[in-house]
Formats: sequence, C-alpha cells, structure tokens
Amino acid sequence: MYVAVKGGEKAILNSHELIAETRRGDPGHPEVTTDQISNQLGLAVDRVMAEGSLYDRDLAALAIKQAQGDLVEAIFLLRAYRTTLPRFAMSEPIDTAQMQVQRRISAAYKDIPGGQVLGPAYDYTHRLLDFALAAEGGPDAPQAPLADTPLDQHMPHVADILDGEGLIEPDRSDPHKGEAFDLTREPMSFPADRDQRLQNLARGDEGFILALAYSTQRGYGGNHPFAGEIRMGEVAVEIVPEELGFAIDIGDIVVTECHMINQFEGTKDQPPRFTRGYGLTYGHNERKAMAMSIVDRALRCRELGEAALYPAQDEEFVLYHADNVEAAGFVSHLKLPHYVDFQAELNLIRKLRAEYEDRQQKEAAQ
Amino acid sequence: MSAATAVQWDEAYNFAYLDEQTKRMIRRTILKAIAIPGYQVPFGGREMPLAYGWGTGGIQVTASVIGPDDTLKVIDQGADDTTNAVSIRRFFERVAGVATTEETDKADIIQTRHRIPEYPLTEGQILVYQVPQPEPLRKLEPRETETRKMHGYAEYGLMSVRLYEDIARYGHIATTYSYPVMVNNRYLMSPSPIPKFDNPKMADNPAIQLFGAGREKRIYAIPPYTEVKSLDFDDHPFRIQTWEECCALCGADNSYLDEVILDDRGGKMFVCSDTHFCEDRRQAGHRGPLGADPSALGFVKPASEEGQP
Repeated sequence: MYVAVKGGEKAILNSHELIAETRRGDPGHPEVTTDQISNQLGLAVDRVMAEGSLYDRDLAALAIKQAQGDLVEAIFLLRAYRTTLPRFAMSEPIDTAQMQVQRRISAAYKDIPGGQVLGPAYDYTHRLLDFALAAEGGPDAPQAPLADTPLDQHMPHVADILDGEGLIEPDRSDPHKGEAFDLTREPMSFPADRDQRLQNLARGDEGFILALAYSTQRGYGGNHPFAGEIRMGEVAVEIVPEELGFAIDIGDIVVTECHMINQFEGTKDQPPRFTRGYGLTYGHNERKAMAMSIVDRALRCRELGEAALYPAQDEEFVLYHADNVEAAGFVSHLKLPHYVDFQAELNLIRKLRAEYEDRQQKEAAQ
Repeated sequence: MSAATAVQWDEAYNFAYLDEQTKRMIRRTILKAIAIPGYQVPFGGREMPLAYGWGTGGIQVTASVIGPDDTLKVIDQGADDTTNAVSIRRFFERVAGVATTEETDKADIIQTRHRIPEYPLTEGQILVYQVPQPEPLRKLEPRETETRKMHGYAEYGLMSVRLYEDIARYGHIATTYSYPVMVNNRYLMSPSPIPKFDNPKMADNPAIQLFGAGREKRIYAIPPYTEVKSLDFDDHPFRIQTWEECCALCGADNSYLDEVILDDRGGKMFVCSDTHFCEDRRQAGHRGPLGADPSALGFVKPASEEGQP
C-alpha cells in the first residue's frame, strides 16, 4: 500500500537513535574509551589520521569510536571536521634525515650507516591467534628489553648514499616551484605535478593504492623495486611565523617514509641509473608508504619518457579514484531515491518493448 | 507545514557551515560561471559533513549564496519529504538557522536533486542543482584532459553521433534523463539527472540556475533568460515524456508522474513527483481518479494527523 512519504524526518531521527544504541552494544560491558582506542588500536588511529589528512590522535580515536570501528567512515568524519579548521601557516618541509628513528631498514644493503633497526614490526611474527590476549584480564603489561647502547644519531638516507655515486637520479627541490599544491584547497588539475600526485596518494585509500602497487609487480607495469629504505619515527614540525621571520618548532609527529629504488634503463638523452619512488604517511603505516612509493614511481612514466600502458601509470585513472571518501560517497549515493530517473527508463523500456512486440507480430504475420 | 518556519542556528558553526574565505572563493566561481553560461568552472570544493554524491556541490553553492533572511526549499525527486531532502534542510536549519518552506513561490533558494518544480520560477529566485557528473561527454570520453579540449574547440560531434546511433538502433533518441543541452549556443551542458521532461523549463527561465558538483569540483550556471536547447535533429525533434494517465490524487495531466506499485499483482497508480504542486492542487479542489478521499484509501495521512510529531 502506498503511504505518501511523510515521516522521512521522524525515520531519520529514529535511525540515529538506533545507531547510537547499536554503537553502545550490550550495556553489560564497559564502554570503550577514546583513550583505549588511541592507545590500544594505535594502527587504526594512524590510518584514520593519514587518510583523514589530520594529525590528531584524540579526534581520530573519537571518529573510530563514533563510526563503530568503520575506518572509512571514521576517515570521512575526520575530513568533514578538518574543513572547519582555520589555517594558520604552511609548515616548513619536515626533515626525515633528522628523524628520531623507531624503525629503519634497508633491503638494498646488508648494513648501512646508522644500522638496521627492526623496531616494532609484525613481519616476523607468526600469524597465530594469541589466545592469551583473549583471556580474562589478559597478560601483564609487557615490557620490551632496552638496547645496551642508544641508537646512532646519524642515519643518512640510503638513497643519498647512492646519490653520492651518481647512480641514482638526484632528488633536488625545484627552485621555480612556488608553494606546494594543496588538493584540499584547489581542484585536481592535469597533467598533475608530483606534489599533487603525492598528496593524493598520501590521502588515498590504502587498499586501492596497495592493489595498484601489486598490479605493477604482477606485470601491469613494472620497474623492479628495491626497498631502499623504510623508516618510521618522530620528526619535528616547524613553521615560520611572519612576525618572527625564523622557524619555530610546533611539535613532533610520527611518520613512515619509504624510498623505493627502481631500475631504469635510460633513454637516448638520459644515462642508465636508478630512479626513485617516494612514500610518506602519518603514523606507523608501512604497507601504505611502500605501496605509495611504488605507485609514485609508476606515475612518473611521463617525465621519464616511458610508455604509459597500465592502470597504475594512468594519472587520471589513479588520482581520480584513489580517494575513499569520494568513492564511498558516490557508490553509496545509489541508495538515494532515483525514482524520477527510473520512471523515465521504465517508460522508455515499455515503449521499446511495445515496438519490439509489434515487429515480432508483423514478422509472424508475413 | 506550509508556512515558513525559522529555527535556531547552532552557533558552534560559522553561518552556513563554510568559513567566509571559502564562501568568497565559491561566490567568485559562481560569478565566473554566470559570465560564461554552461562552462564548467573548477573550484576548490571542500569536504562537507554529507557524503560525496549526496549533494555536497549543491550544499556548498547554497551555503555560499544564502543569507540569514532567505527562505530555503529543498527537494529530492520533486518531493520535499524524501529522506535526503529532509536531511539537507535540517543541515541548513542547524548551521544557518534559515527559514524553510515547501512552497515553491515562497522560496528564495530552491536546492534540488533530479527535478525542476512544476510551478514556474520567478525573477530573484535561485535554483541550485545537485550534480553527480558535470561532464556531459564523460561517458563518451573518460579523460578530463580530452573533454576540456573538446569544450574549448566546441567539438561536440561525438554527442551527435551517439544520439544518431540511438535513432539508427531504436528509431528515436533513447536518452530519458541527463539529456544534453546546448547553452547560449556555445557550451554543451549536462542538465544533471533531471528527466528530459524538465529540460524545456531551463530555457529562458527568469530564475538563476546554479549547478554544483562537489566530488568533481565544478560549478556551472545558466543566467536568467538564457537560450537552452536540447540536442536533436531536424527530422527527429526533441520530445518530452508523456503519460496516458493523469495524477491519481490531483488529476494533473501536465506534470511529471511517478509510478507507485500498489500490490504484487501489477496494480499501480501514478502520482505527481512534485509533492507541493500536487498538494496545492488538491487544496484548490482538484481531484484525481483516486483522490476523492486519498486518506480513506491510506494513500496520504488524514489532515488531522498532519503536524503531529
């Protein structure tokens, strides 16, 4: 029976009450706090900060709680909040060579100045469910042993060591380039410069970037990558207030950086050498940083004179579809009513059917 | 329901959510769009608290042109009470505290998705369209770099070929909504997914028509009294949809009708998609075949229940 759709407003309000109830779950269990999320689901918080483009652990934890752990929804919440924030200043470029390293590895050299630092990594855990974590009370507060000697303060980038030999393309800043492109202020434009691409990839969906990177490894593109260096740790953020004229430190953030080293056979005008792919994310986010560095390299095909044959090399394809807030929004908008357009299509298909049946009858009569 | 109602502005937010700098940037974009009718102007679209694809472009345009004394109407599929229209209206009530209305002629700004109201608009009104895909050529050419060139050279042959292919295959043009239009004899433009029934209303309209595409970060416009022509051929002129039925509730035979399924045995009725138009006609005494007492049939709520929480 048709009920004229009055009541949409009440239905929406009731739906909101229902998600509040579902979010809380069984009131017999204690409510999860944002501190618990921020401390014990730290990698989820890192991902939400990275793709939400906002470095704030408390807000990211709140978004995760509000979204019931749906990280794409949490990223959306954080992005929408970010829109309302005023912009005080552009920071100076962070200097990752000065990072307070928690983890730093190179797959290209056995040993490197400053040493290999494994740090916290799941890589060598066996993926066996640890039932001790499920036990009532859980294990006592674990304490990792401290090294006898502190880490070397001098940890140069591995790529810069190669650079000294001239075997890898130099990575110099462009003196003609003005302020870095900002996707949150300007619409995407093509052909895109590397700053626009890197910002897009840094904000882009981890799953999408990962799949694209994987596709280049399986043959849809291919510059065999070496993980030149992956490092994670704290770096200082500095701004130069106009009234001071010199840089001041406004705080530390944790970032993960990946330098990918790729083969390059050279062209008529360029000697054979290694080329670079770069990945950087907020927080501890290695899978994303590595995937980003591979896709960055794939997207540099135009500037390096390589043929763009595969999806990961197609700038418009990659950049337009990497953002999960845009993608999730547009896919989910199919839930909105479309009955006006559907009615138009229904009319058309009835008309086409009538014409088809007419023709069939005429043919049968002949 | 009909009278304009004002509500409290949540002052934790700047008026109409966006900061003043952003609104200024969007207003400049709108001015440029009005100066070049039908041209898609890129703008620095912001991330809004509603999902992309759910009207973020329209919301940003409305937020930039609305003032505290304006009255807002929001429709989706022609109806004021579809869930997303309710949601967007509630958004502006909260972040701008503006009065809202369901009456087309009382609104200063009408934000719409998929329809143009049946009642003619007047000078001074602004119609804001929500646009999912601003590029009329996108399904023919996926690359933005290419389509921008095609607009630059007014190279629209590809669209004519597509329409011609419909004629070759079906004997008529088989596009029913998002039917492409030529604006001011220069730019090919997507009318947004309105049914082609509404296309003629865009031409020579006294209101300002603004189109916002949030995800694609484009704004375009049709200034008042501008020529807007639906593409066609001399031997296959543009035609709008028609129905054999009239509205079951108000008897209108000149409005866009939605089909409503009544049972699982093929029973159906047709009702106006524009809810305000239909209600207004019923109040004026018009009755359709099922409209003698629609509440008795359970089609609408009895008048006594209107306005109850």
